[in-house]
Amino acid sequence: MNQSFDVIIVGAGIVGAACAAECAEAGLKTLILDRGIVGGGTTAAGMGHIVVMDDSEAQFALTEYSRRLWLRMRETFSADVEYELCGTLWVAADDEEMAEARRKEEYYLARNTKVEILDSKEIGRVEPNLRAGLAGGLRVVDDGVVYPPCAAKFLTDKAARHGAECRSGAAVRMLLAEGGVILADGSRIVAGHSINATGPWSPELMPGLPVRKRKGHLLITDRYPGFVHHQIVELGYLKSAHSVSKDSVAFNIQPRKTGQMLIGSSRQYEAEGTEVEQDILGRMLARAIEYLPSLAKLSATRVWTGHRAATPDKLPLIGPSLEHDRVWLASGHEGLGITTSLGTGRLVADLLLGRKTEIPAEPYAPSRFAYAAVAHV
Amino acid sequence: MRETLLRFEVVVVGAGPAGLAAASVAAEKGCRTALVDDTPWLGGQIWRGQQLRRRNPQAARWIDRFQKSKATLLDQCSILGPAERQTLLAEHPSGARQIQWERLILATGARELFLPFPGWTLPGNFGPGGLQSLAKHGWPVAGKRILLAGSGPLLMAVGAGLRKMGAHLVSINEQAPLHRLMSFAAQLVQRPAKLVQAADLKWTLRGTPFRYGVWPKAAHGDKQVQAVTLTDGRREWVEECDFLACGFGLVPNVELPLALTCQLRDGFVKVDERQASTVPGIYAAGELTGIGGADTALVEGKIAGLAAAGDEPGAHRLEAQRASWHQFREALKATFTLRPELSRLAAAETLVCRCEDVKFDRLKSFAGWRDAKLQTRCGMGACQGRVCGAAVRVLFGWGMESVRPPITPARIESLCQGEQKHTS
Amino acid sequence: MSDQIQIRVNGKTVSVSAGTVVAAAIAQAGQQCFRRSLKGEYRGPLCGMGICMECRVTINGQPHARSCQILCEAGMEVQTDA
Repeated sequence: MNQSFDVIIVGAGIVGAACAAECAEAGLKTLILDRGIVGGGTTAAGMGHIVVMDDSEAQFALTEYSRRLWLRMRETFSADVEYELCGTLWVAADDEEMAEARRKEEYYLARNTKVEILDSKEIGRVEPNLRAGLAGGLRVVDDGVVYPPCAAKFLTDKAARHGAECRSGAAVRMLLAEGGVILADGSRIVAGHSINATGPWSPELMPGLPVRKRKGHLLITDRYPGFVHHQIVELGYLKSAHSVSKDSVAFNIQPRKTGQMLIGSSRQYEAEGTEVEQDILGRMLARAIEYLPSLAKLSATRVWTGHRAATPDKLPLIGPSLEHDRVWLASGHEGLGITTSLGTGRLVADLLLGRKTEIPAEPYAPSRFAYAAVAHV
Repeated sequence: MRETLLRFEVVVVGAGPAGLAAASVAAEKGCRTALVDDTPWLGGQIWRGQQLRRRNPQAARWIDRFQKSKATLLDQCSILGPAERQTLLAEHPSGARQIQWERLILATGARELFLPFPGWTLPGNFGPGGLQSLAKHGWPVAGKRILLAGSGPLLMAVGAGLRKMGAHLVSINEQAPLHRLMSFAAQLVQRPAKLVQAADLKWTLRGTPFRYGVWPKAAHGDKQVQAVTLTDGRREWVEECDFLACGFGLVPNVELPLALTCQLRDGFVKVDERQASTVPGIYAAGELTGIGGADTALVEGKIAGLAAAGDEPGAHRLEAQRASWHQFREALKATFTLRPELSRLAAAETLVCRCEDVKFDRLKSFAGWRDAKLQTRCGMGACQGRVCGAAVRVLFGWGMESVRPPITPARIESLCQGEQKHTS
Repeated sequence: MSDQIQIRVNGKTVSVSAGTVVAAAIAQAGQQCFRRSLKGEYRGPLCGMGICMECRVTINGQPHARSCQILCEAGMEVQTDA
């Protein structure tokens, strides 16, 4: 069966869904495909944290832009998206980390991002369950949390309202140089452009792509409303070689609307399996208990894993692939997929339509990597 | 018990009939054996309370036998999941444990199947086995009007037990049709012990209306159950009660076997003639391999224990006995098959997921379990799908998802790698 | 030697025999409703074997305790949700 679209998005995770919503709204005849269900991959496993980050200017630009889009859409979300503006609290354990907090404060204030420094007394007041003796922290006011699978569904529903077609259970075997796809069942769908938004599985469609799987563990607790109020992340994460070494953990906790809490985070390369690994889980939880001692006695309901899509420079791949200008990428978002999904979607639509992008798109161009990827022809 | 790492040759999980049998015979054969259970009691579900009030001679014999054996009892130990190789992570009120095994026998039994119908979430609606357990541990039932409904031999057994505790039985309502119950009764003639049990039940339950081909349509009440509408498919009528004990049979507790990557067949743990699962060194016995009752569980437990202890001839000698009880097990399955009307009892507004308050009509719109779970959180709440998961299988034909640890809720500190002290 | 245990359920003292589980003590105190669901419905124990999570109450300050599986101990403070 031959069909024709302006754009086919492969992968209905939150990034693909955001791309579909933007493309459809912009008037492009859009098809979004997933071998499983909407939001069933990395999107389902992740924390749903909407956060600005400042590892690089380009990372800040994309996260800040995306966060603004989330804020702008806030009133339109259905209740099940569970968007909460709880803010992020970056916690400093010692003077060195406190200096980092102040550096961030300066950085964000210079870029009109609302933040406030808290000293050791104030941090104990806003989060009484944090251990005594912390140096203080930085509160980032407009950060928030969402429930990712429903957010992804919200976006594909929005795309559908603008005429997009969404197909679950439709695996793609191959991306065509001229922009279409061939499905696993052998059928061929023609399109002006195709977009690989399959996250950690992107290299399956484009071997050689510099995207690696980065395994993470999460734990969800029973309901303890008010135990924490912000998403709390340790500043020490920046020290603990979170970016380069093989296995690492960092304290990260999120309160959900239901009163349950999500506890993370862990990062592993060379860990392809989805099984829960007791030793790294134990390290992750021990780290969390260091910051929130009374967490130890709380009830854990479930632990699971997921794989992030990691690139060498911690920035995603957004735009035309190296080899074929009709085969695009929207992948490699590592731990910022939820946050930067909306910005990615907007950039993709802008670039496809030749519109001026609100932030420079070059830093995310796939062509920045001289990878030997071949989109199968 | 302060040691955090415990090593055994044979570890048995579950202290019901299958586990008691397996642990007893393995220990008698000289294996360093542990029996692990998450409660402070021996007997599992079916022999609940038998440790204290020894009314069931068979149960009393096995409890004695276990206690005389040299097996170690690790009670109040909830298995959280596999740790590293051939090690289970467990939680005791005093802290976490790591239990190392060379052979593992899983005897985690079954739980009741609950199907949603209007009013099923009202306090005062229990599973029959659930109410029996609670009553044995002090829940007041004397003088209470109790209506039993659903399916399975448990209805009558529980009814009899409750009556002996002074409850007034309003009625017992079995959904299976008469002709199937008659065939089942005919089967019992071949099993004298069961026949005696049946006669005893009949006597104990004299005067209580027993109906077949009848099932509950709705439970009613202000803040708790006060009445139940029953139906036979043609007429409906209402009966008042204080408690409703309603369960539609049993489903095996396959969470631990799945976490250990044992394969299932038709929802039960797949085992060979030695009760060995598809994972080397791991055996399964009792309700895990098929709903067959205490007698089936005992012989399977014995075979598993003997096989784990390396006694091939001993295990072989019990095959005929097991085959006989497997016939009984097949008869149970055929008799108490659930009728299609039961998957249509839920109204649009009826909750299917009690933990996350997800209604039937919301779930209906999904094509599969995973989508429904992610979008509604059905099955992602405190019970992790143990109640609704079995129900949606009947309602929609949805299969089970993968199992994630902890298998039972655990304190976060129990999931941290503690310091390991070795004990031999 | 008395084998009666005193515990408090929602502030009210209840005397139960040894071997009584907390859920039964709550029922003996006249309480059928143990907790409120997400949308505020009244709930009580269903499965009696620690699986359904409907019997959860606060025991000695610790929430989410499965009362059907926990034996009463002298001096226990039990709070139900409902």
